[in-house]
Amino acid sequence: MSTIPKGPRPKHLTVGRIGLYCFIIMCALFFLMPLYVMIITSLKDMDEIRAANILNLPKELSFYAWPKAWSQACTGFVCEGLKPGFVNSVKITVPSVIVSVALSALNGYALAFWRFRGAYFFFGLCMFGAFIPYQVMVYPLLKIEDFLGIYSSLPGIILVHTIFGMPILTLIFRNFYASLPIDLFKAARIDGGNFIKIFFYVIIPMSTPITIVAVILQVTGIWNDFLLGLVFAGRDNQPMTVQLNNIVQVDYGVAEYNVDMSATILTSLVPLFVYFISGRWFVRGIAAGAIKG
Amino acid sequence: MKNSVEVKNISFSYGKTEILNDLSLDIKEGEFMVLLGPSGCGKTTLLNCIAGLLDLTDGQIWIEDDNVTWKEPKDRHIGMVFQSYALYPSMTVEKNLSFGLRMMGTAKDLINEKIKKAANLLQINELLKRKPSQLSGGQRQRVAIGRALVRDAKVFLFDEPLSNLDAKLRAELRYEIKKLHRDLSNTMIYVTHDQIEAMTLADRISVMKDGLIQQLDTPKQIYNKPANLFVAGFIGSPSMNFLKAKFDKLNQNIIVGKKQIDISKYENINNLMNDQEVVFGIRPENINIEKNENSIQCKVELVEPMGADTLVWTSVEGNPISIRLEGSSNFNLNDEISISFDINKSSIFDSKSEERI
Repeated sequence: MSTIPKGPRPKHLTVGRIGLYCFIIMCALFFLMPLYVMIITSLKDMDEIRAANILNLPKELSFYAWPKAWSQACTGFVCEGLKPGFVNSVKITVPSVIVSVALSALNGYALAFWRFRGAYFFFGLCMFGAFIPYQVMVYPLLKIEDFLGIYSSLPGIILVHTIFGMPILTLIFRNFYASLPIDLFKAARIDGGNFIKIFFYVIIPMSTPITIVAVILQVTGIWNDFLLGLVFAGRDNQPMTVQLNNIVQVDYGVAEYNVDMSATILTSLVPLFVYFISGRWFVRGIAAGAIKG
Repeated sequence: MKNSVEVKNISFSYGKTEILNDLSLDIKEGEFMVLLGPSGCGKTTLLNCIAGLLDLTDGQIWIEDDNVTWKEPKDRHIGMVFQSYALYPSMTVEKNLSFGLRMMGTAKDLINEKIKKAANLLQINELLKRKPSQLSGGQRQRVAIGRALVRDAKVFLFDEPLSNLDAKLRAELRYEIKKLHRDLSNTMIYVTHDQIEAMTLADRISVMKDGLIQQLDTPKQIYNKPANLFVAGFIGSPSMNFLKAKFDKLNQNIIVGKKQIDISKYENINNLMNDQEVVFGIRPENINIEKNENSIQCKVELVEPMGADTLVWTSVEGNPISIRLEGSSNFNLNDEISISFDINKSSIFDSKSEERI
């Protein structure tokens, strides 16, 4: 009866495997729960929400909340919905990401390959900078920007995001470049490259994976930022997160939970989308730099 | 002949660790110079200093009658080949080859012409459109050599270029590098820890240890007349046999334990003093199996057939001795043999200073 062992060993579903799957499925359900609640609530009308069956599916689909959140909900004095906030967030995020990533790549490259005197000290400073809670620096920065005349403006908030992004980005770029073979850099120097030429012709073409990671980090970080946008952007440039807060925190009238829910989903769509299309890169980046998610 | 590269009293240290100290080396025009030594001996550091990739702590480097000590690597008229190939991964082979020329702003026609020439020379024509990741190790190293070639470098620097290749490819490329030197007759400086490469390629070898040049000479001289114990032990595989001994001036003998070896034929015997403690060195191929008045009786302890040769291990007064014999020789374990040394070809070292006598 017994079969003679031959070829690949047959695979069995072990107790450990089953336990693992159970755990993973439970985790997924736990984290999907709030999203489920948000989506179904945004599709209910207020009467049904007041009935307080938070987990029930809507009896009747109502799409009233979504357009209202996008273009009619009141954010303080004006009632134009989240749309202007979305535009502002794009205006803040795009230049901030480009400037901070470009500068950090250059910094990381200089730190990894051109070991100037005090490079280690500078590197340590970056490490330190990456771990200081930025609330500490808000007030001094505010005074500096006020002095420079860019407080409460688009360039002001872009500068702030660039400054706060640079330590951690410089770190991950430097670590990535330090992992490249140094001979490559030596060869480029012999081949006639100078500081800038080597960066553009040799280093940048090899930087795709780490640049994607840096862009993801910055896009999600800047898009999700609330405090800096509130303090530095000024009333005309308030990002989506600040306007979302204004919608949700109503001081008068009725709290429209369905509008709040759809506004929240709308605000988080961009980072959600970024994670979705780039999850593979993101995990790789975290593993490579061992940095915060 | 005039010197192509002159290294004048250079020192180099990483922080407080001194790697090179007051080292000087002249390399003649068209010479193939090999820097040979164990890892950590400073040979790669020296090469990097010549290339300008490291800043000297002291001293000067001259290339082609030009003091290049403070010049950038690109202005030194050198080409360099690395152990890790160091090909630009995002560029095709063609772009890799032309990168240096493009950086210099060379005209397109001239670039194409030079690439064609180098590609023909190295037989990499059909690889030009490929990326480095699509090449085998040997092909990559050919491209890396080609990259140095197209730049019309006056001096070629090789940093252990064959160490990442398997034995067969290594022999093949070694042959090609030698041929390349024959055809181009450029000055070449070649760093390796592989003594076979050093012996086969070099016009002169400089054997290094602890940042010092131990011996600078032709491969033949280094092999036959090693300057000290270190060089003697480092060069040659299987390595030289060593016997601790004492000189007996009266009988022109050295005494190893209870055995006596007649060294009256040794070239510098007059420099030896009575009772001097010495180390007697003899290469495996300079030991003969024959019975005469000077031969020593011993037993075969191990036989290593290597195809062309057979290595027989025995011992004299507790010191292991290897003997290189013809591949066809037949010996069995515990066979009694009589061995005699070819004193003309032996080396005798002072056991204190370790210098050859």
